[in-house]
Amino acid sequence: MSFISKPTIIHKSQKRNGLGLTVRDYEGVSSTLCAGCGHDSVTAALVQSFWELDIPAQQVAKMSGIGCSSKTTSYFLSAAHGVNSVHGRMPSVTTGANAARRDLTFIGISGDGDSLSIGLGQFAHAIRRNLDMLYVIENNGVYGLTKGQFSASADLGSQTKKGEANLQPPIDPVKAGLAMGASFIGRAFSGDKNQLVPLIKAGLRHKGFALLDVLSPCVTFNDHENSTKSYAHTREFYHPAIHTDFVPPSKEILVDYEQGEVMEVKLHDGSSVRLRKVARDYDPTDRGSAFSYLMDARKRGEIVTGLLYIDPKGGDMHKRSGTAQKPLGRMDHAELCPGSATLKELQKAYR
Amino acid sequence: MSQINDFVIKLANVNGTGSASANGLVMKTIFRMGVPVVGKNIFPSNIQGLPTWFEIRLSRQGYLARSGEVDVMVAMNAQTFERDLNEVSPGGVLIYDSTWPRERDITRTDVTVLGIPLARMCNETFANPRSRILMKNMAYVGALVALLDLDMSILHGLIEEQFATKKKLIGANVQAVELGLDYARKNFKCPLASRVEPMDKTAGHIMIDGNTAAALGCVYAGATVGAWYPITPSTSLMDAFRSFAELTRIDPETGEKNFCIIQAEDELAAVGMAIGANWAGARSFTPTSGPGVSLMSEFLGFAYYAEIPLVLFNIQRAGPSTGMPTRTQQSDLTLCAYASHGDTRHVLLIPDDPGECFDMAVQAFDLSDRLQTPVMVLSDLDIGMNDWMVPELSWDDNYRPDRGKVLDDEGLAKMDKFYRYLDSDKDGITYRTYPGGDPKGAYFVRGSSHNKYGAYTESSAEYQEVLDRLLLKWDTAKTLVPDPVIRISGESSTVAIVTMGSCAAACREANHKLAAKGIHLDYMRVRAFPFNEMVEEFLEKHDHIIVVEQNRDAQLRSLLLTETRVAKNKLHSILHYDGQPLDYRSVVTGVEKFLSQGELA
Repeated sequence: MSFISKPTIIHKSQKRNGLGLTVRDYEGVSSTLCAGCGHDSVTAALVQSFWELDIPAQQVAKMSGIGCSSKTTSYFLSAAHGVNSVHGRMPSVTTGANAARRDLTFIGISGDGDSLSIGLGQFAHAIRRNLDMLYVIENNGVYGLTKGQFSASADLGSQTKKGEANLQPPIDPVKAGLAMGASFIGRAFSGDKNQLVPLIKAGLRHKGFALLDVLSPCVTFNDHENSTKSYAHTREFYHPAIHTDFVPPSKEILVDYEQGEVMEVKLHDGSSVRLRKVARDYDPTDRGSAFSYLMDARKRGEIVTGLLYIDPKGGDMHKRSGTAQKPLGRMDHAELCPGSATLKELQKAYR
Repeated sequence: MSQINDFVIKLANVNGTGSASANGLVMKTIFRMGVPVVGKNIFPSNIQGLPTWFEIRLSRQGYLARSGEVDVMVAMNAQTFERDLNEVSPGGVLIYDSTWPRERDITRTDVTVLGIPLARMCNETFANPRSRILMKNMAYVGALVALLDLDMSILHGLIEEQFATKKKLIGANVQAVELGLDYARKNFKCPLASRVEPMDKTAGHIMIDGNTAAALGCVYAGATVGAWYPITPSTSLMDAFRSFAELTRIDPETGEKNFCIIQAEDELAAVGMAIGANWAGARSFTPTSGPGVSLMSEFLGFAYYAEIPLVLFNIQRAGPSTGMPTRTQQSDLTLCAYASHGDTRHVLLIPDDPGECFDMAVQAFDLSDRLQTPVMVLSDLDIGMNDWMVPELSWDDNYRPDRGKVLDDEGLAKMDKFYRYLDSDKDGITYRTYPGGDPKGAYFVRGSSHNKYGAYTESSAEYQEVLDRLLLKWDTAKTLVPDPVIRISGESSTVAIVTMGSCAAACREANHKLAAKGIHLDYMRVRAFPFNEMVEEFLEKHDHIIVVEQNRDAQLRSLLLTETRVAKNKLHSILHYDGQPLDYRSVVTGVEKFLSQGELA
């Protein structure tokens, strides 16, 4: 349980980030997930990403719903506030929290059940508002806590441990995100940290809704031979279409890429993502071509990964509604109350 | 009995024909003439074509309930003509559009019938088909000016105010009023026995609906985040919040808004947003109605258990299910008191008029922050959407919001370690922090079982300890919620009326009418749940308690039985649940019937 505390001895040789903190300072309580769970790798990648970005933990709000994935928000950034809300409703709680504190960095951790079944409506509407957050779906095609039922992302024909075949076509969060207008869409595999970390970092820095679908196998209920969300299947069929590097504004390092293959996209804070295309015909700034590439790859049985779509220009919820820069939750009553004279004036219309 | 300034006008219209604004002008004119008025809009859940009524009661004594009678009926709806005619009290007056002959249908001889060819006059005067429909309303307003002796200059002023931004419409409207006025003066003996004489009893008062007043309360309480999903009859609350916020909360230089209104995808999301914003330190609210509360129930349990403030306005309408969306009721009391699964209970505030909607909106935010729990304001359609005459709202500039037990960085610095759910003051209320502050104050909110340190637990003892502490907090709530309003008749009565919310006006008038007949009843209006010691004492002191409420299942009576020490055989019911605002006659009749049954022997 989360009462098990980790030893906090930090060796002198541990590397420190720009805030003088070690990677250990970004950890949370011990995970209670199954040994080998893909989610724990995502947690580790998150810890590393926050550390590398020099983000003070207390400037982060960790949001989640219900499920194995949603439990993981206590396994990183102990010094950050967190809300483990109700099933499928993390987007609404995050929307409200973001409305109050636009200065914080919001990370939401969800799963395929939490986002694609019970929470599909809220997931869609958070996208529609271009809520400024990184939304991670730890996707394993299965309900773990209730012991192995298919989720809405399970592939057609994929089998349960007992051999029962899934008869419903899957909802692919990436295609759903593309269709609903998400401004940043990536897919990664929990087993490939080198790919995952830059995607998380870029997603955190993206101003707007960053969707990251992470294939994260369930070792207990969905890692067998006839599963399409197993480690083995994912390793065999995952296909990086785009290699992503995240370049912070202060650390301009020229990466050794061949000319013509690299596309640089500037983010709002001056950082940028450098996208190295593996597939020649892929354009991650064109929603339509991204969609058709995904459809074609799907026919070949490939799971396309990388930063698949980005539009850094769309305004987030606050920009669209013209909210004050100062966070609403930090305003004094004096800034908000019009006072007795105004009340008298306003009431003239009711005489 | 003289009917000057003491009668009811009912206007029967077809909805979508512009009658609402014409009827509003009549009521406002009477109000500005200094005569207390009560306006009740009985409208359909429809956009155009169904019957709608507007009732205006003049009460020189200042009563604010319906009387249950009609003295002057303006019957503009062919569809409902017969029943409208039947509703007129003997000796009353019926005004109708005589463009189409109605002689066959006019079967009553005890009613004065006045036919005015409204459609014909308007068709002859106005060319545009839409204005012909709209101006028909203004023409009967004109007839009422003559028949009721309304002050034309006041009406004229109101028309100018109403069309201040569309000045070219003023002329046509005044012309239509004159058509009706001239016809009435030429053809009838004006004014009628039911007529208006100027008084001075509305000075210092306004005509406002509860949703508008509650929205003003939200602005003054410092609410910044409003999340909602449209639902009748609560929608106008957020509309009003938006317009007041746009008037008072936009920086004139930068155009930046000190508020954020989010129209959610459904009520589940709306309440989730309000909870998220409150958790993050803003004051946030959601207005809704019964069906919305049903959907919000899961989140209400979460906010109760995770101890997150939340202000919810439930503008009740007639249920169950979709019910009658445009009719009033008080049938969500049980739902709101215990909304959500598991052992949950919620603080409720129950206003009786728009004035109290304003005050209680502010109070709701203070209580919710203080108690770190949802507070629901139980208004209803009658209060929320009808214009009520209330004393002008006032504001104390010395008011400072009570944000409750919140630790800032300075407070945290004085502590060794911060635990979110540790009851150091032994009042059941623990300290919280906002995100974005000192990492020492970081904590993890969960709806799953947690111990007093905020950590996940499956230990029975640790789990139960927190659940019991929430009950201690409930006891603290009893000391903080508003007291009931109690009126003792002075005649050492052992019989009392107990009521809540929008029943108050009818009960007050019934009390007066009964006292005139020698029946003296004490009176208590509960204003909050949990019930405090004053409620207990009042119940204890009386042998027979008649609970007046607007629902079928006697929900207030049940709640009193469950949550106080009162004996079951002491409580009796007067129940009104037809969807119309309660009238005082129903209460008088109910009490008399009860007394005549000899149960008081």
